[in-house]
Amino acid sequence: MFNSVMNAPPFWHNGPAPGAFYNFPGASTTPQDFRQHSQAPVTTATSIVALQYKTGVVIAGDMLGSYGSLARYRNCPRILKVNDNIILGAGGDYADFQYVKDIIEQKIIDEDCLDDGFKLKPKSLYCWLTRIMYNRRSKFDPFWNNFVVGGIQDGEPFLGTVDKLGTAYADKIICTGYGAYIAVPLLRDAVEKNPNLTKVEARQLVEKCMEVLYYRDARSFPKYQIATIDETEGAVVEGPIDVNQNWNLAHMIQ
Amino acid sequence: MFRNQYDSDAITWSPQGRLHQVEYAMEAVKQGSCAVGLKSSTHVVLLGLKRSAHELSTHQKKVLYIDDHIGCAIAGLTSDARMLSKFMRTECLHSKFAFETPMPIQRLVAKLGDKAQVTTQQYGGRPYGVGLLIGGFDKIAGPKLYQFCPSANFFDCQAMAIGSRSQSSRTYLERNLSKFLNAKRDELIIYGLHALRDSLPNNYELTVHNTSVLVVSANEVCKLIEEEEIAKLLSQLESRSKREETIEGEEVGTKKDSEQEQHERDLSMQLDE
Repeated sequence: MFNSVMNAPPFWHNGPAPGAFYNFPGASTTPQDFRQHSQAPVTTATSIVALQYKTGVVIAGDMLGSYGSLARYRNCPRILKVNDNIILGAGGDYADFQYVKDIIEQKIIDEDCLDDGFKLKPKSLYCWLTRIMYNRRSKFDPFWNNFVVGGIQDGEPFLGTVDKLGTAYADKIICTGYGAYIAVPLLRDAVEKNPNLTKVEARQLVEKCMEVLYYRDARSFPKYQIATIDETEGAVVEGPIDVNQNWNLAHMIQ
Repeated sequence: MFRNQYDSDAITWSPQGRLHQVEYAMEAVKQGSCAVGLKSSTHVVLLGLKRSAHELSTHQKKVLYIDDHIGCAIAGLTSDARMLSKFMRTECLHSKFAFETPMPIQRLVAKLGDKAQVTTQQYGGRPYGVGLLIGGFDKIAGPKLYQFCPSANFFDCQAMAIGSRSQSSRTYLERNLSKFLNAKRDELIIYGLHALRDSLPNNYELTVHNTSVLVVSANEVCKLIEEEEIAKLLSQLESRSKREETIEGEEVGTKKDSEQEQHERDLSMQLDE
């Protein structure tokens, strides 16, 4: 009835056939996807310095894209105005930041198209970013970034951060990268002495931090962006601003 | 005359430019018992007349919780209503989980509309056979009431009634529309109960077992009202005979009423086509 054993039908539906390899159901020998697990960041950005004051928030970050130890790209803006109520700063892998930036911008466009009076709020963006970051880390394919979200929600200023592990928290003073070690103590000290900062005072503090970070962070640059959201003035991103460098003390330091 | 030739599937146009399957689906809504929705400047109330298949079984649920700030009344195929309310609940939960924001009602209803539209443009399926009254409270937009139809249309309403014999309820709501905006919570519910009762034939009454009421507002999480409170509110309804006297009194002589009657006749003609 059959010409050769090579053409024999399977013993049962989806079962083994004589002369053929049988793939047991549920076991796959070939890898399903060829994506790399984990990463190393390529072009990176350093610290973000952010501070919440009485009627708003300030976020600042320099404009350097480092290629390892090489200060390669000196005009990489990384503070983004999302909408009138939200500003976003990012450190870490610059390519990942650009990808997430595109997705967020598309979200804003979709919202504009709906045109139904509802605008994205800072806490919503922060929550959504947290879910994305945590999801990616759970797949061992993180966005190698540290995001800082600032804005005003229900009349109150808001400042939050999410990192590549999906760890998220909100605070009045948030600094990422080297800023966490160098700028946070500076800012905490100043806020302890003067809890009700005005916009001008907050900005001066942040400028001072950018100066100190330029002296001490080996992957920093003296040009930076600074963004503010204020109850009265909306969201403004300014830059590039030059750090006020003062090397007079240099000869005293070993 | 040619209806039967062009009504086999949802994707065939009739020569008159109608989709008969979609219109048949709208008829299914009229088979369900009456559901009423109305809103004031602060509250939204949804009411449903629960039917029971026979004396031994419980009355069919008519009003459902969707989220803390959204509720929904159904009329038509209950199984389709379950699928749609499951969808709405998932969307609301997603909004809370991913965006820490309660779902704006407008957007939820638009998503429902998009979902239902697919069923009116695909071969092999059928439109949803259920009409919904979706009521809720938005921080930005305030109280909202939407009517959703199997045709995938949705309408922002001040008050609405759908289902079997709902024309009388709609008439009551139209006549009393101006009173709703500033009504207090209990007053609004009683207006709704009157509207619901008007859909019943003369020898039937609203009871604690066949009436369900849901209220949602800025301060009140979406909740079905307990039997005791319903009993209390039902006792405050005007007696049937007294209401009929009042209606007759209104109908005598004023031009405005005859215009309304004409309008009702026009509406009911459109529905019977």
